[in-house]
Amino acid sequence: MTLTEFVIATIIKILVVLGLFSALAGFGTYLERKVLAFMQRRLGPMHVGPYGLLQVLADGIKLFTKEDIVPQNSVKPIFMIAPVIGAATAFIALAAVPLFPEFEIFGITIHPIIADINVGVLFVLGVMASGLFAPLLAGMASANKWGLLGAARTAIQLLSYEVVTGLSILAPLMLVGSLSLIDINNYQSGGFTDWIVWTQPVAFVLFLIAGFAETNRTPFDLLEHEAEIVSGYATEYSGMRWGMFFIGEYANMITIAFLASLIFLGGFNDWGFIPGGLAIVLKVSFLFFFFLWTRAAWPHVRPDQLMWLCWKVLMPVAVINVVVTGIVLMM
Amino acid sequence: MSLEQFKDRNVSQNYTYIPVDKPPVKPLDKFKQVLKRTFKGELFVGLWVVFREMVKFDIHTVQYPKEKLPISPRYRAVHKLYRLLESGYERCIGCGLCEKICIANCIRMDTRYDENQRKEVTEYTINLGRCIFCGYCAEVCPELAIVHGPRYENASEQRAHFVLKDDMLTPLDFLKEGKQQEYPGFGDVSPNADERIKKTPLAY
Ligand code: SF4
Ligand code: SF4
Repeated sequence: MTLTEFVIATIIKILVVLGLFSALAGFGTYLERKVLAFMQRRLGPMHVGPYGLLQVLADGIKLFTKEDIVPQNSVKPIFMIAPVIGAATAFIALAAVPLFPEFEIFGITIHPIIADINVGVLFVLGVMASGLFAPLLAGMASANKWGLLGAARTAIQLLSYEVVTGLSILAPLMLVGSLSLIDINNYQSGGFTDWIVWTQPVAFVLFLIAGFAETNRTPFDLLEHEAEIVSGYATEYSGMRWGMFFIGEYANMITIAFLASLIFLGGFNDWGFIPGGLAIVLKVSFLFFFFLWTRAAWPHVRPDQLMWLCWKVLMPVAVINVVVTGIVLMM
Repeated sequence: MSLEQFKDRNVSQNYTYIPVDKPPVKPLDKFKQVLKRTFKGELFVGLWVVFREMVKFDIHTVQYPKEKLPISPRYRAVHKLYRLLESGYERCIGCGLCEKICIANCIRMDTRYDENQRKEVTEYTINLGRCIFCGYCAEVCPELAIVHGPRYENASEQRAHFVLKDDMLTPLDFLKEGKQQEYPGFGDVSPNADERIKKTPLAY
């Protein structure tokens, strides 16, 4: 493949991923409202379009045409750039995630990954972690008490849960011996019984918990919990800047779902009679549904409980898991 | 939801009492409670409950502008002025009791004597911005002329749209079609009113 071809292919892939995942993030908000509504015996959006399907579009128009308010005392450049960080990091993280198995179209083999770097996991987790700068900076720059509290809670989350994510993922990485997501996926190519979740169930649970914290979804949605701190870091935001935070949040949810399916649930290998491409879509959809499901069912925790859970329960468990994995590997 | 449920005032029969245990005092009991709560898997019970509700799909939403809940006949919404069923004359005799009793002081009326020396109401307005929908006017009216209607959707460009006499009065063609229902709500005649009428001493 010549350089020009490579550049063109990469740009096309970037555009496809960007377009597809923005649309999916928008659709995710619709799904979330519907699923939550059904779980609470409601109907959810019904009026715009058939079964409210065009609600996303209506929301988009609303967000785009709303006035973009920048508060007087805020640190304006940071206030304005923070949502961009949120959305951008969410999409950059997707660059190193292999989304589907290779497939052929018009005789060209396509690798549905933008950059197959050999430290894929590290890159994705690192970029997602830097995404937490968005709420941190937004809250601190917006000259608002609630924003500041939201930012403080972001700091808690940032400091605590990155540790758990890293440690929980260490054990499966020791099994595979590679940081490339494609290698991890291929390690599980032997079918259902080869999934890492069977050998590393503890790591899977820890990773999911940390993933919830990282995307600030319901048991850990401290950053913007309405009942306590109005809207946390997003209190002062309006219009499309606010919208960008949410595109980022939903894109992050999808990324975490992809990571969990790739690392623990067999990735895009064929699953029995289900072809790999469909299998990963099913897994990601289930995990996404799980995000919504817990939001309907579980209460959220207090910041101190969050810290307690992280440092006194999850981190020791993760360390023990790593040690036990190491001992088993040596024997 | 049927009207019967609204009319049933004896709600106590529907109460269920949730048993609440006394908090444990002894250390052993506390320990047992911790164990019970830990291994009951409350988180998964929660997940199961919401999942069950989603699958049962027992939706309670009323899609408001398309569907409406039935309202009780005793509901007190925007007023109506009634006509006599046979002659079609206005029922209001201009006695002014409603104007007098209205605690928000929002009824205004003008009356005059018509050619037969009967009182006739020329103007009758209710300022709905001040009306508290207490229902005293409907209760006090000796002729059942002013009543509360079921129209609770009072959004309009102008407040005045509801409250002029012409808006509240039953239209004549409507009356001819027999659509003016006798008012069953606040201040109405009791169902056995006919039996309860006694001759006054003057008739002896
Ligand atoms: S409902 Fe009460 S406040 Fe309203 S007009 Fe009648 S008496 Fe006055
Ligand atoms: S109390 Fe009844 S009859 Fe008397 S003025 Fe008011 S509406 Fe008319």
